[in-house]
Amino acid sequence: MPELERHSFDVLVIGAGGAGLRAAIEAREHGMRTAVLCKSLFGKAHTVMAEGGIAAAMGNANPKDNWQVHFRDTMRGGKFLNDWRMAELHAKEAPQRVWELETYGALFDRTEDGRISQRNFGGHEYPRLAHVGDRTGLELIRSLQQKVVSLQQEDHARSGDYESRLRVFQEFTVTDLVLDGGAVAGAFGYWRETGRFALFEAPAVVLATGGIGKSFKVTSNSWEYTGDGHALALRAGASLVNMEFVQFHPTGMVWPPSVKGILVTESVRGDGGVLRNSEGKRFMFDYIPEVFKDKYADNEAEADRWYTDPDNNRRPPELLPRDEVARAINSEVKAGRGSEHGGVFLDVSSRLPAEEIRRRLPSMHHQFKELADVDITAQPMEVGPTCHYVMGGVRVDPDTGASSVPGLFAAGEVSGGMHGSNRLGGNSLSDLLVFGRRAGAGAADYVAGLATRPACSAEAVARAERVALAPFEREGGENPYTLHMELQQVMNDLVGIIRKADEMDQAVKRLEDLKRRAAALTVEGHRQFNPGWHLALDLRNMLLVSECVARAALLRTESRGGHTRDDYPRMEAEWRRKLLVCRAAGDGVEVVEEPQRPIRPDLLELFEFGELQKYLTADELEG
Amino acid sequence: MRAQIAHRTLRTDRWWLPPLATFTGLLLISVYAAVRTFMGDYYWVDEHRYLTPMYSPCLSQECLPGAAHFGRPLPALPGVLTPPVVILPFLLGFRVTCYYYRKAYYRAAWLSPPACAVAEPHARYTGETRFPLIAQNLHRYFFYAASILLLINTYDAFYALTAGFGLGNVVLLVNVALLGAYTLSCHSCRHIAGGRLKHFSRHPVRYWMWTRISKLNARHMQLAWASLIFVCVTDLYVALVSAGVIGDLRFID
Amino acid sequence: MGYRGHFRVWRGDSSGGGLEDFTVEVNEGEVVLDVIHRLQATQAADLAVRWNCKAGKCGSCSAEVNGRPRLLCMTRMSVFAEDETVTVTPMRTFPVIRDLVTDVSYNYTKAREIPAFQPPEGVPPGEYRMSQVDVERSQEFRKCIECFLCQNTCHVIRDHEENKEAFAGPRFLMRVAELEMHPLDEGDRVGAAQSAHGLGLCNITKCCTEVCPEHIKITDNALIPMKERVADRRYDPIVWLGNKLFRRS
Repeated sequence: MPELERHSFDVLVIGAGGAGLRAAIEAREHGMRTAVLCKSLFGKAHTVMAEGGIAAAMGNANPKDNWQVHFRDTMRGGKFLNDWRMAELHAKEAPQRVWELETYGALFDRTEDGRISQRNFGGHEYPRLAHVGDRTGLELIRSLQQKVVSLQQEDHARSGDYESRLRVFQEFTVTDLVLDGGAVAGAFGYWRETGRFALFEAPAVVLATGGIGKSFKVTSNSWEYTGDGHALALRAGASLVNMEFVQFHPTGMVWPPSVKGILVTESVRGDGGVLRNSEGKRFMFDYIPEVFKDKYADNEAEADRWYTDPDNNRRPPELLPRDEVARAINSEVKAGRGSEHGGVFLDVSSRLPAEEIRRRLPSMHHQFKELADVDITAQPMEVGPTCHYVMGGVRVDPDTGASSVPGLFAAGEVSGGMHGSNRLGGNSLSDLLVFGRRAGAGAADYVAGLATRPACSAEAVARAERVALAPFEREGGENPYTLHMELQQVMNDLVGIIRKADEMDQAVKRLEDLKRRAAALTVEGHRQFNPGWHLALDLRNMLLVSECVARAALLRTESRGGHTRDDYPRMEAEWRRKLLVCRAAGDGVEVVEEPQRPIRPDLLELFEFGELQKYLTADELEG
Repeated sequence: MRAQIAHRTLRTDRWWLPPLATFTGLLLISVYAAVRTFMGDYYWVDEHRYLTPMYSPCLSQECLPGAAHFGRPLPALPGVLTPPVVILPFLLGFRVTCYYYRKAYYRAAWLSPPACAVAEPHARYTGETRFPLIAQNLHRYFFYAASILLLINTYDAFYALTAGFGLGNVVLLVNVALLGAYTLSCHSCRHIAGGRLKHFSRHPVRYWMWTRISKLNARHMQLAWASLIFVCVTDLYVALVSAGVIGDLRFID
Repeated sequence: MGYRGHFRVWRGDSSGGGLEDFTVEVNEGEVVLDVIHRLQATQAADLAVRWNCKAGKCGSCSAEVNGRPRLLCMTRMSVFAEDETVTVTPMRTFPVIRDLVTDVSYNYTKAREIPAFQPPEGVPPGEYRMSQVDVERSQEFRKCIECFLCQNTCHVIRDHEENKEAFAGPRFLMRVAELEMHPLDEGDRVGAAQSAHGLGLCNITKCCTEVCPEHIKITDNALIPMKERVADRRYDPIVWLGNKLFRRS
């Protein structure tokens, strides 16, 4: 047996998307020797898929915009379940994070006077999204990637070694965190290419692994989204919050089958696209919920005027928060008014000139042309809901990103709380930057304050290695692809966009069964680039996280944001005060209720009393 | 170590067709141009004042007096040399260093590469880093020279109009229009007009020119072929009329 | 609807390998990557392929289909006849790791050799002002998804391994152009384009543009403008003469 490859760093960042890279940059700038570990190639992270933009109240398009308005929109979007401190920090710091990207070389679309242009998006009161056409995620990841390279060039100039202080290890999967007396001591994993193991010793780990979408059948998420960070945190003893809230993006492609779920950006609607059913009706007017009645137009004429005169008209209902639109589309299709392939029509061709569509939505034009043979300048798109984002994640300290496990930090989609029960479009990219930076700084401060470095014990490493190799040892078990497909079907059908108690009960039982079968599954071949083995190890994480989702969803007997119960269709103010917290227990998880911290009074004052009445309980309002 | 694949290419389409067509086209035109250059005759139609662009400007002593619009400052040329050899280096230089033609003959004649993802036969490759190919960088000076020749061709075409109006005049005018479009759409021209600027917003007129030229530039290949073929057509027409093989179709005399 | 398609997939690693034949189900609306995944799930569980977003946005699944450099996720099966054999091979220019996966570290090495964006001095974040017309040229280049198909197809390194040292490749020469045209970048990049990054090796045969899945006009908009800038600087006889006479460097 060859000797185990070992590396030693001050801060490990797991994941090289927006949050991970921003955290790594911050840790390195705090003087920490930092490593980034990622499953894909550097620069390919799921962040590239983000299209619409980065929400930041810079006030370039409308000077009335400021952090308070952004904070209000975020809380409303999350139905007041958000961690208010995170929402506050996010709204306050997002503009600085966007401006900082320009110093890394980012080139956003510009306003007439040369500032960053901002576009409309669902749930945002003013045009707020800094963007580059509809490929903003790519711009963000590339800018951060190039900043990493520029820091490496500085290090090279100083030490002759590009990687002396900041190093990226790509195509490496972390399977377990290594602890020392309850604190983080390192991370263990394998090179995807060779299947060989490596141990990274570090007193601080920042999880930035993104989401869990690959547990669902129809999803906009890439293969990387297997809930690794969620599961690593659980197994290390940290807790997850809000796992019942899973966002279904209202507009994913529905045809052809091989691209089902791939995202159609919300900017299509922000730029004038409308939703119609098979009868040609603009049906969103029938689905404006009570709490939004005063903000959204109830007729087509007013809705259409809003695009040119947003101050004197209410917004078109196509721009309602994502959960509302997703549910509306779901209902239309269920009522038999869907399109041929089980979606509805999203039409921008009758709303904008072809040239303008190509300019504003180039990658959507490209995507439909190449993948579905549909010309969106001439035809409507067929769209339907797709699993897009998990609001839940590692419970962290808002200011530092620290979890309850010493040395373990989290930022981005893998962390929870910021978005409450539903995330607004555009708030994800800004979340990555704001909390990526904070987690990087938090980890650096933590390491600087340590008196002794924790150690990775030989037993812990041997244990991690045994777990990773287990699928090869067994014989006669099922193949991981079969189990994965079954898991996706269970989550999609039983814990999907509309939920019921009996179905979720069934889901929990099916998950137990899957867990048992997964423990016996078999992988063939050798360790070198073996996708079957990789899936087998990812499956362990997906099952653990799916259980959190199912158990939490079963407990929350109300409908709110990304959690819709057929049997409890109303939002209950009493439930707003409760968080569902998920922890590892035995070979599974347990979910317990914990009280939500009351919102700070000065932040509450940003809202009108009438609005608070919709969300808060009577005794909260008294205080 | 790269993947060991024995095939030179796995392309299943007829990838050899475009380079073959380019090679054949360039060869035919070269042969025609060489024949006409060393023919030393039938380049001027005195009656209609048609001068073939291949002999313009005609500057040496053997030029027919009518064809020498700018006098005959050069002495008689020795041996087999004919008047076009004076201007040919500039015309040829412009086309040979043109970014489109470079692609065309690097692919078609030098097979470097013959087509995308088809292995080239050469063991070594230094691109345009050393002599003689480093001289490709002189493209813009040939562009300046070609622009002057273009002006002269334009003068010729309008001068011919002073003797009435016939099909030959149309041919000459179309020829200068195509030559003009090809010259204007040149990458060097695009660069000089505005491409070299870092801030378009500070130079609105040059930015406007750049956007127009960029549109033309996208058609540079088509214009290169159209103008090249039409120069030959023009020359052939003038030669045939000059030799009395055909008569010019006259609209106004 | 579905049919049985014929595939030939290169399998092997750096020690050798060859094309293997498969017959596999193909359904309406599928792309080559779907079929490769079906092979993985049904016939060749350890067939290695690199992929990620499956929507043409991340540039991971670069390979060669019937000898043409392409993204597997953006090559629709409908472009092939049902009785046509589809040959899938790894990118040729880079060392193979296994099956369709290649070692693309050359590109990351080259990326590091391009000096980073040099921000304007004395302009604080938030005060950057740029006109849309000034950022558009660089924005086109920033559409690049780094699939490295242009690097793979470029004969300068595809056919001449020895040029890898001196040549940054179209993707990174385009990165130089992007920074050169960035309205606020303060670096001087023209000299290095020729000397350090090998612009002179490019003979503008346009294969990079031909294979770009983002349809970036790499040759016309990045490489030729850079060559013209180099000509401004180095091959302008008047400037050259001036430098000789006055001994400027």
